[in-house]
Amino acid sequence: MRLNAISERCSGCRVCQMVCALENFREVNPSKAALAIEGQFPAPGSYQIHLCDQCGECAQSCPSSAIHLENGAYIIHADECTGCMVCVNVCPRGVMFAHKRLEIPVKCTLCGECAKLCPREALSLEAN
Amino acid sequence: MLNGYAGTILRVNLTNSQVKKEQLPSELAEQYLGGRGFVARMLYDELPPNAEPYGEENMVVVATGPLTGHFLPGSGKTHFGTKSPASGGYGDSNMGGHFAPALKYAGYDVLILTGQAKEPSYLLIEDEKIEVRSAHPYWGKGAITTEKMLKDELGDDFQIITIGPAGEKLVRFACISHDFGRQGGRTGVAAVLGSKNIKAIAVKGTGSIPVFDVEKLYAKGKEAYKAIFAKPGFKGWTPEGTAGITNWVNEVGAFPTRNFQTSYADHYRQINGKAIVEKLKITDKGCFGCPTPCGKYGYTKTQAGSAFVEGPEYESIALLGGSCVLESIEEVAYANYICDELGLDTISAGGAAAFAIECYEKGILTAEQIGREVSFGDLGSVLYLLEKMALRDGIGDLLAEGVKTASERLGQGSEKFAIHVKGLEWSGYECRNAPGMMLSYMTADVGAHHNRAWALGHDVAGSSTTVHDLITAGGLGDKMPKAEIRGKSAKVIELQHTRPLFDALGVCRLQWVEIGFEVEHYEELFFLLTGQKKTWEELLKISERIWHLTRAISVREIPGFGRSYDYPPARFYEESIPSGPNQGYCLSKADLDIMLDEYYQARGWDQNGIPTKETLERMGLEDVAQGLLNKVIRPA
Repeated sequence: MRLNAISERCSGCRVCQMVCALENFREVNPSKAALAIEGQFPAPGSYQIHLCDQCGECAQSCPSSAIHLENGAYIIHADECTGCMVCVNVCPRGVMFAHKRLEIPVKCTLCGECAKLCPREALSLEAN
Repeated sequence: MLNGYAGTILRVNLTNSQVKKEQLPSELAEQYLGGRGFVARMLYDELPPNAEPYGEENMVVVATGPLTGHFLPGSGKTHFGTKSPASGGYGDSNMGGHFAPALKYAGYDVLILTGQAKEPSYLLIEDEKIEVRSAHPYWGKGAITTEKMLKDELGDDFQIITIGPAGEKLVRFACISHDFGRQGGRTGVAAVLGSKNIKAIAVKGTGSIPVFDVEKLYAKGKEAYKAIFAKPGFKGWTPEGTAGITNWVNEVGAFPTRNFQTSYADHYRQINGKAIVEKLKITDKGCFGCPTPCGKYGYTKTQAGSAFVEGPEYESIALLGGSCVLESIEEVAYANYICDELGLDTISAGGAAAFAIECYEKGILTAEQIGREVSFGDLGSVLYLLEKMALRDGIGDLLAEGVKTASERLGQGSEKFAIHVKGLEWSGYECRNAPGMMLSYMTADVGAHHNRAWALGHDVAGSSTTVHDLITAGGLGDKMPKAEIRGKSAKVIELQHTRPLFDALGVCRLQWVEIGFEVEHYEELFFLLTGQKKTWEELLKISERIWHLTRAISVREIPGFGRSYDYPPARFYEESIPSGPNQGYCLSKADLDIMLDEYYQARGWDQNGIPTKETLERMGLEDVAQGLLNKVIRPA
């Protein structure tokens, strides 16, 4: 499975980020989301959805081999992660997030909850 | 810890840059909920006597509500309050976007600004870090330009409000701008920020909001969104947003045209929601958590210039396209953009421009006084007047005072068509054949604003219905019956409690108004967030308390305030509508008095419109009754 985005449909409501933080942290805090919405205003007047395509660069770069491929998603094992944030810097899409209140990065687990609740159908979970 | 709330009030005294953080009192949350309730109570408690709106002693309150920033539809609302430079009384403005959620994630339910910065400044809030910074590079710049500059400097993850040149120049209807197209437009809050030398506030928050039952809230939030997805209006309303009502308002003869001379514009199909979709729109642009975005972001090109612009939304269409008679959506959108960049409320600025043009047509203002000839329907005239008033240049200095003051100074009968109540210019509904809506405008606490009680739908349909259902059914046109005068107050009062309740909860009302998302959802969401069981009826009682309190604030702040402040301009009871579906209709002064008498009685106010001691005590406002006793309250 992979998470797909159609940025042209996005209206910037950030429901996806709320759902993501609730699903993964059970917290009302979209800054802990594993995807980003970039508003491009005033010109060209559009939104860009930035999300993880599970490319695996993070796992390859991880000095402690703490990121593992499980059912199509690269998952950080918290007990193995040292919080060095190397993966955050190498992520080609900029969607590994360091959060000042967390010791390990925030990363998409491919749970697909964001796609279920996107009011714009801008996100979808699709077969590879 | 107060579940649902961030838990802290942030105070910044701009005179000495002193920052104070206080725990949010649980009694305040219990009795006033948040948002508008916090604004009203804090203005009542803390505004020094006889404060000048532009004086150091005035305050700007920025408030979130218990539902703000949470996982539920439309949780992005910010409420601003101040002693209004437009009315001199209670002033507030409600804004969509993403600002209030960011403030709450930073840890603050309320921000209170007092004092005056010594030099142009902006306030930076980044979680616990609070800084008053120099705004010299931004002073004089447009509101949108300033936001872009600050985003480039601080990062896209900051949420920013700005003021434009109109706020700096203390135009009494200057508006707050946010997210390149959302506005806190009404009552001149941006001018008070300008008087405090505050050009912008930038907020970034990375904290979590505590919740009573997060598992159930998560499940309930999903259920709420899915309930909205299933509403017929979900797909029907969103493509055009608020602009989608333009046809209907014309068909029922309530569209302000030529400075409210008439209530129907022949060209309305050139400036409606369909025209936006076909000619301007690039993307829908939503507020935080919103499944039904009103914002239509687009690009407009006219002979005068071209611009990216959010909107125009219905109110801007009504005042710029209707009252100023701009005949193409591109022109309306361009004038909208100029207002946004200058930091002018499109409603009041459109009203002031239309007033000036009618004064010119009637010979009350000359081309020499204005600096050129002006006419309805001419984009150049409208843009000229907007720029003049934003910069207080020439005739603009008079118009920047608002149409009430401008007409008092000009005289010659111009008061009759200075379209305002309490000094606030009238928004986008003409009501000579819609008495419930007329009473709504007359009694709205901030002045002639539609959002306290949009009774027009009830006037037309004779029952409560969603806006989507109204526009789907279409206008009744000349079959619209002359609405009854009597019995209007009950509906108006019901709406004046229901709609502002959303402003106290910190959530958008439009899912309920537009597509019929049931209010019962909010009861459960409120419980899961806060742990407090309150029925919708109990929440409405709080909203009723706030309504009496905002009236009491204006009684206290405006010398001689009372019944005389609740009348519309004489145009609406002396001139019949000259054209359109409601041709020939007019309310009489006696009609207005019947409605006001009925309204005051139902409210528990005396015949002068002053809340009685008993009413205030019944509302749990004993201290307010005591405070006003010596001044105006007469025991029954």
